[in-house]
Amino acid sequence: MKTKLSPSGRIGLVMLGVFVMLGVVGPWLAPYDPEIGKLAQRYLPASSAHWLGTDSKGVDTLSQLLYGARAALEISVIVVAISATIGIAVGTIAGWFRGIVDELLMRIVDILMAFPGILLNIAVVATVARPGLGVMIAALCVNGWVGYARVARGEVLALRERDYVLAAVALGATHRRVMLRHLVPNLMGPAFVQMAFGFGSVILIEATLSFLGLGPQVDYTWGAMLEQGTSFLWHAGFVHYAILPGLAITWVVLGANLLSDGLRDRLDPRQRGRA
Amino acid sequence: MSIGAFLLRRLGSGALAILGVSILVFAFLHLVPGDPVDHLAGGEATPEQRKAIETCMGLDRPLPVQFVTFLGHIVDGTLGHQCPDPAGKPTVASRIAEVFPHTIALAIAGMLVAIVLALPLGVIAAVRRGTWVDTLATVASLSVIGLPMMLLAPILLLVFFIWLAWLPGPIETGPSALVLPAIAVGLHLMAMLARMTRSSMIEVLSEDYVRTARAKGLPERRVLVGHALRNALMPVITIAGLQFGSLLTGAIVIEKVFARPGLGLTLLDAISERDYPVVQGCVLVIAVIYVLVNIVVDLAYGLVDPRIRRA
Repeated sequence: MKTKLSPSGRIGLVMLGVFVMLGVVGPWLAPYDPEIGKLAQRYLPASSAHWLGTDSKGVDTLSQLLYGARAALEISVIVVAISATIGIAVGTIAGWFRGIVDELLMRIVDILMAFPGILLNIAVVATVARPGLGVMIAALCVNGWVGYARVARGEVLALRERDYVLAAVALGATHRRVMLRHLVPNLMGPAFVQMAFGFGSVILIEATLSFLGLGPQVDYTWGAMLEQGTSFLWHAGFVHYAILPGLAITWVVLGANLLSDGLRDRLDPRQRGRA
Repeated sequence: MSIGAFLLRRLGSGALAILGVSILVFAFLHLVPGDPVDHLAGGEATPEQRKAIETCMGLDRPLPVQFVTFLGHIVDGTLGHQCPDPAGKPTVASRIAEVFPHTIALAIAGMLVAIVLALPLGVIAAVRRGTWVDTLATVASLSVIGLPMMLLAPILLLVFFIWLAWLPGPIETGPSALVLPAIAVGLHLMAMLARMTRSSMIEVLSEDYVRTARAKGLPERRVLVGHALRNALMPVITIAGLQFGSLLTGAIVIEKVFARPGLGLTLLDAISERDYPVVQGCVLVIAVIYVLVNIVVDLAYGLVDPRIRRA
């Protein structure tokens, strides 16, 4: 019997839903172009023309936030999709074939997990003078797949002993068929938990890289806005430049974490309430 | 497994991880498109100047030779030289050594902040489980965990430096200048450890020996501190140790916000100057510390708890 998503899980789902919706329609809602500023309209306070004021280049802050939502959504969806595909494939192969294949793949996983992920992301981004969206996505995928591989391998190690898998093998199913038809569909539950969690961490890492000046070279990513806003802290009345993009990042990360906790509880009620 | 075998195994996997890091760090410089010489030489360099830089960086030699040279620089402790003028500039290692103490001081101070605040918070929440104190502690911890460090740091700066003017802000020196950055870098860990202490304490408080201690009439404080906390501390200390590495990467953000000299700021500067040997050096040093700390924590844990050694 399927249990319902816990209240906090549902809150997370709604929070993420709001973000996805704004990410999709945000650029159409945005009243101004996020890249064209008017120098005569710099540092404007909130008004009916600019609901959240303008920044040091005269760019409308609300428009930047909305375009930032699109950028964050694009990156996180692409990175999660690529990482999950690679990770699930690697984990399934490692868990199914065992032996030398497993040993080799899991050593790579160990090495990637042995040191801080964001350092690796920084190292990749640092190799290119002007990292674009592509480099950013590549940098996040380099070690992004590792978590999915671990989850998938663990599941496959348990699933491979199940009767229906044994039956499929006895009936002469190929490796490919067993993996694609019997193993992968049955490990998608835990993989979804990991994906929800990954969604939040991708946004956070992307924002951190942009904050450090290593992100895609556009001004309207949330991380870049936060970085710019930090330098406005000294101007009374412009504190929201730093707070708003920061809260936007927090919103998504929190939503993703609540949702992944909720999904995990639903899959495994024994884990309920654990930190 | 004996202690010796456990130690060897753990050191072996650590060495493998560090070798893996070295290969990755080396590979990034050589696999990506774009010529590092362009960044150093600038637009108006003559072919001779470009050639000199190339020779200085060893880029004219075959890849395997370059990799061996790179490993050689790690082994001899210089971590490479800064081109185009290797003799006139300090080695990468000395540039890193100059800022290294600042980052370590920040990380250790952050760790202290985290542990000193987390333990009482976690214990109180566990003892007053289900009351408003517990709820408040939980909500506070969860909201801190949810806040990205790059938002937390400016908020702290805004409140304690700009509004209240209680604590020194960026660029200032002296021990008091360490307070805000240490809180900023340690607060996340504090929240995590407080949650951990709470759940660990709740588990331990239901143990038989706690009931026995109470039954024999020990004062509640001695039961909590002497019996419960001592046993509840194990997982907390382990996590704290393992998270030391995250303080190092957190320091990158904090050093930028507070304009504090350190490994992180050096790394960011080197990236914007396209100074690859320094980038490699910083990444390598942070990675190696991370791996080493994890090994030490594992070993310590293995020594204390024999069950771990078998895993």
